[in-house]
Amino acid sequence: MIRFKKLARVTAALTTPLTAEDFLALFNPVYSSRQLRGVVTRVVHETEDSATIYFRPGHGWHAHQAGQWARIGVELNGVRQWRSYSLSTAAGHDPAITVKDAGAVSHVLVRDTKPGDVLFLAPPQGDFVLPEHPRSLLMLTAGSGITPVMSMIRTLVPRRPDANVVLINSNSTPETSVFREELDELADQFPNLTVRHWFTSARGRLQFTARTIADLCPDWRSRAAYACGPEGFLDDAEDLWQREAALEQSRTVPDVTTGADTQGVRTGTLTIERFSTDLTAGAGHDGGLVTFEQSDREVQADGDTPLLDIGEDAGVLMPSGCRMGICHSCLIPLRAGAVRDLRSGEVHNTPGQLIQTCVSAAAGPVNLDL
Amino acid sequence: MTTTVTRPGALAASGHPMVRPDAAKHLTDAQVEELGRELDAVRDEILAKRGASDAAYIRRVIKLQRSLEFAGRGTLLFSKYKPAWFAGTAMLSLAKIMENMEIGHNVLHGQWDWMRDPDIHSTTWEWDFVTPARSWQHTHNDLHHRWTNVIGKDRDVGYNLLRMDPDQPWKPFNLGNPLYNAILAPIFEWGIALYDLEIPEYKEGLKSKADMNRDLKAVGVKVVKQFSKDYAATPAVAMLTGSGKQALYGTLAANAIRNFWAHAVIFCGHFPEGTDTFTEEEVDGETRGDWYVRQMIGSANISGSKLMHFMTGNLSHQIEHHCFPDLPSNRYAEVAVKVREICTRYGLPYTTGPLPKQVGSTWAKIFKLALPNRKPKAATA
Repeated sequence: MIRFKKLARVTAALTTPLTAEDFLALFNPVYSSRQLRGVVTRVVHETEDSATIYFRPGHGWHAHQAGQWARIGVELNGVRQWRSYSLSTAAGHDPAITVKDAGAVSHVLVRDTKPGDVLFLAPPQGDFVLPEHPRSLLMLTAGSGITPVMSMIRTLVPRRPDANVVLINSNSTPETSVFREELDELADQFPNLTVRHWFTSARGRLQFTARTIADLCPDWRSRAAYACGPEGFLDDAEDLWQREAALEQSRTVPDVTTGADTQGVRTGTLTIERFSTDLTAGAGHDGGLVTFEQSDREVQADGDTPLLDIGEDAGVLMPSGCRMGICHSCLIPLRAGAVRDLRSGEVHNTPGQLIQTCVSAAAGPVNLDL
Repeated sequence: MTTTVTRPGALAASGHPMVRPDAAKHLTDAQVEELGRELDAVRDEILAKRGASDAAYIRRVIKLQRSLEFAGRGTLLFSKYKPAWFAGTAMLSLAKIMENMEIGHNVLHGQWDWMRDPDIHSTTWEWDFVTPARSWQHTHNDLHHRWTNVIGKDRDVGYNLLRMDPDQPWKPFNLGNPLYNAILAPIFEWGIALYDLEIPEYKEGLKSKADMNRDLKAVGVKVVKQFSKDYAATPAVAMLTGSGKQALYGTLAANAIRNFWAHAVIFCGHFPEGTDTFTEEEVDGETRGDWYVRQMIGSANISGSKLMHFMTGNLSHQIEHHCFPDLPSNRYAEVAVKVREICTRYGLPYTTGPLPKQVGSTWAKIFKLALPNRKPKAATA
């Protein structure tokens, strides 16, 4: 790698303003000087509407820890779209994401991806990972929430005979339950794993009461718990653990941190994984609070004043050009929130997307990387 | 307050400028407003269609260009053999023309920003041209495209060097008009780099010393890189085969060919007979419709084959490019049919012609304006 970089620096004299990678990309699409890429090596259809996509990442990727996720970029009608997906393979193995067809991007990934395709990548991250020291674990998953937990189970169970894992895995039917067969096989093979399937079509929604959970896992209170699934599922789990923590309050000093953070919120011994918490809720013609992150300013903006004007009025050093949407000199990355293109009325809310501030107004709270 | 969705910027949808240009004098405010709406609709139609096939197009062009550049420079390493010299020089010239025009110019306009690909984006792109991309974006995108052909505002009218409009006051210096242009053509990229430094603006106090230093530093770095690539590194590697000198001639020729071509095409954009220039009164109070009118009657197209359009980076569709500078260039041909129809219907000139005719027309103007304006006949009689 070091040698490659040195070589690239020497050849840059011949390739400027491009890089050696730009020319190598003619022969292998994984090369890019700017954007981490991976080539799809295998696609395994898990259920009717889900697939595991294995890929070989280019330089700049680092090995994932069990439970981490990565941002994956694909092109939808020529436009790069990014979503986050959990990596489902064991730590130390080639990376793969397991995706359920539930939206425009996941639809393309599940239905259209084939070996040889290029995926755009960002290195793995996330703190929904196994505890440093082995201890008894309780995993609570619903639907595609199994993916990061599958990586944890695959990593831990076969390698650590001293591990002790109980998985409560909720799905609507056996047919839609991703990894069901593999989980059952692992549970047969390794006594340190217990799998409790919960099918909502037969038993209704999993109720997070102390009694229901105890029926499935009697010693649940003593285990470090991990939960991953839809919002409602996580909220219910959080409620139960909070109620338990409140009960314990009479006996001990509480240690409950309720962060408003996005991932890995810890409530007692429950670790949960959620992806969303976007600011798009306020989307409408009403504008919203505009935050210029690096300049450290906040301004209340209406829904029809261009963000360029808002920023300039607030004394932010805004890049600008023609002020009519043609020259693209005013582009700023959107960190979070939603903006409305005043020309088309179209609302943009993809974090990281570059927006034209001279023709975009707040459509709810906006956080800009400037 | 919450409002209806409007077109952006400082331009009003209705109203009129202080003075409407002669070529559009016959139009009422309502007609100009309607024309603006029609052109907005042309743009919206393309935006709705733009997608995977357009993205595939630009990637194909970039791949072709890089392959040509790679093969051309590689072949020049053996240029002591005559056929290798010709083939290498030809491929490198083509690659440089494509890189500057169909790719560089258009990417730097943000025509491909909608793909959200950081590898093909107006904020990250740098080109094989002496002037740094950011400096050029300022003088070209911000100033020229906004103030197209407004005398006193758009310095692209003659690039501070040539007298290109009778409204520019004549000075004895202008006698050299044709000579300056002939010298400029083969070294066009250096002329643009100098122009983008905005030295007159700096002297007039319109550009700060800090900005000047920043631009000087950027262009200095770029000059060293560009110069050493073509005139040092490539010949140095070619010396391994004993082709050092020939490779140097090859890169010199490729740059000169690209410069001649770019100069010819770009001068056909706004200078041929039939294009209008404007006074500041004519843009004061300009509506969106009037802005479109100014872009159309201030620009000129080049007619020709598909290959011709491609090799000009679709600047042969200068009129369409000026109306919609950030639409992807591969769409200008279909836009042109509609724009031309709109011009005809509203009785507006639509200047176009084959390359030799447009180049001839531009040179004729350069010769003519080397001399002071001829006084109206009545006054001389």
